[in-house]
Amino acid sequence: MRTITFEQIASAVEGLCIKANTQIGADVKEALEKAHAAEASPLGKTIIGHIMENNAIAETEIVPICQDTGMAVVFVTIGQEVFVEGGLTDAINEGVRRGYEKGYLRKSVVKDPLIRVNTGDNTPAVIHYDIVPGDKLHIMVAPKGFGSENMSQLKMFKPADGVEAIKKFVIEAVEKAGPNPCPPIVVGVGIGGTMEKASFLAKKALLRHIGHHSEKEHIAALEKELLEKINNLGIGPQGLGGNTTALTVNVETYPTHIAGLPCAVNINCHVARHTEIEL
Amino acid sequence: MKAVRLTTPLTQEALRQLKAGDTVLISGTIYTGRDAAHKRLVEALDRGEDLPFNVKDAVIYFVGPCPAKPGQVIGSAGPTSSYRMDTYSPRLIEQGLTGMIGKGLRGPAVVDAMKKHGCVYFVAIGGAGALMARSIKQAKVIAYDDLGTEAVRELVVEDFPVIVCIDAEGNNLYEQGRAQYQRA
Repeated sequence: MRTITFEQIASAVEGLCIKANTQIGADVKEALEKAHAAEASPLGKTIIGHIMENNAIAETEIVPICQDTGMAVVFVTIGQEVFVEGGLTDAINEGVRRGYEKGYLRKSVVKDPLIRVNTGDNTPAVIHYDIVPGDKLHIMVAPKGFGSENMSQLKMFKPADGVEAIKKFVIEAVEKAGPNPCPPIVVGVGIGGTMEKASFLAKKALLRHIGHHSEKEHIAALEKELLEKINNLGIGPQGLGGNTTALTVNVETYPTHIAGLPCAVNINCHVARHTEIEL
Repeated sequence: MKAVRLTTPLTQEALRQLKAGDTVLISGTIYTGRDAAHKRLVEALDRGEDLPFNVKDAVIYFVGPCPAKPGQVIGSAGPTSSYRMDTYSPRLIEQGLTGMIGKGLRGPAVVDAMKKHGCVYFVAIGGAGALMARSIKQAKVIAYDDLGTEAVRELVVEDFPVIVCIDAEGNNLYEQGRAQYQRA
């Protein structure tokens, strides 16, 4: 057994919340640079230039890239030989509380979805746990803005509908979202499992390094085809026209039932925040 | 692209010169408001009360800023998705609102009200909140303080960068821009 304290976890999460909200990932930076060079629309090119300038200001001045500093989505992989001194969930929420306060991040969480009073500290986080062998604790914080989150979709297809129905569904979701999720976007697709598993996979797909395709050949081919078709829609940077609508399409899959073909689409904006630590 | 310089208040005469696709630098006073504030503004109108600011020829910015760090006027302050204000915008346009700044699609009822009464929809760059905060020189909460980030603020801006997305004739850059770059 290896002991990790409440304070170690809270402190790590605090740092991750601030870092994720103020520093753009190297993969996103690189993808934006490529898009800037390739964008055909002069206005679209100018917009990508402004986005890059914004990211540089945020990193230098340690201020949020976007004012929607999101709901904190936390992915935890915990080795079964780890003993956490103090509650793990409490420690993560304490880290979120401190990070959002100390980082001057916007508190965007309401206590009840219908009564809608702000909790004032951006808690609770949405936390996903995965238990694995070993004695390590891996934490990833992915603050999720709702401009893009609100554009998500889920559909339970019949097995007979097949991959063509999935392609149509993903492209229509992006088309319907149009300018709302702040293109250029990252598209996460989850196929298989159950209803909630497909949604989880779509979220997880957003965290994959831009430029890394699926190891499964048929899925990698699907990702490339979807990206090309999405960029042919013409939506462009901020939806004002152009050939950069998405930076990447990432598809995650899981075994499913003989009767089903669940598919979820989760969209991220160009900020595509996530950062991680191993304790 | 040469930017049009615009100073608030935004009169009917000035807004008729603006065409979808124009890049604009706004200076002067603008007001903030998003979901919860809009709900309260329209409820105030329903009760026959005055609004907390003069809406005639005013420009409203759909934003919920981050808290200001010490030494900052305001935290990151990019636009929020405008469609969530579609329920309320026609009411404010009827009252004389002439400009809205946000991002994303607007519904047909909003566009109809814009054409009928004369109003322009500007878009700012979503996600570029750190960059946009630089054009905000003063910020003061003037109503609904209890709403926190959603409170109504009076902002003094200088060369605040936006793009005319839907003009008072209903020309829509989202449609025109996309049509130009769409490939079968």
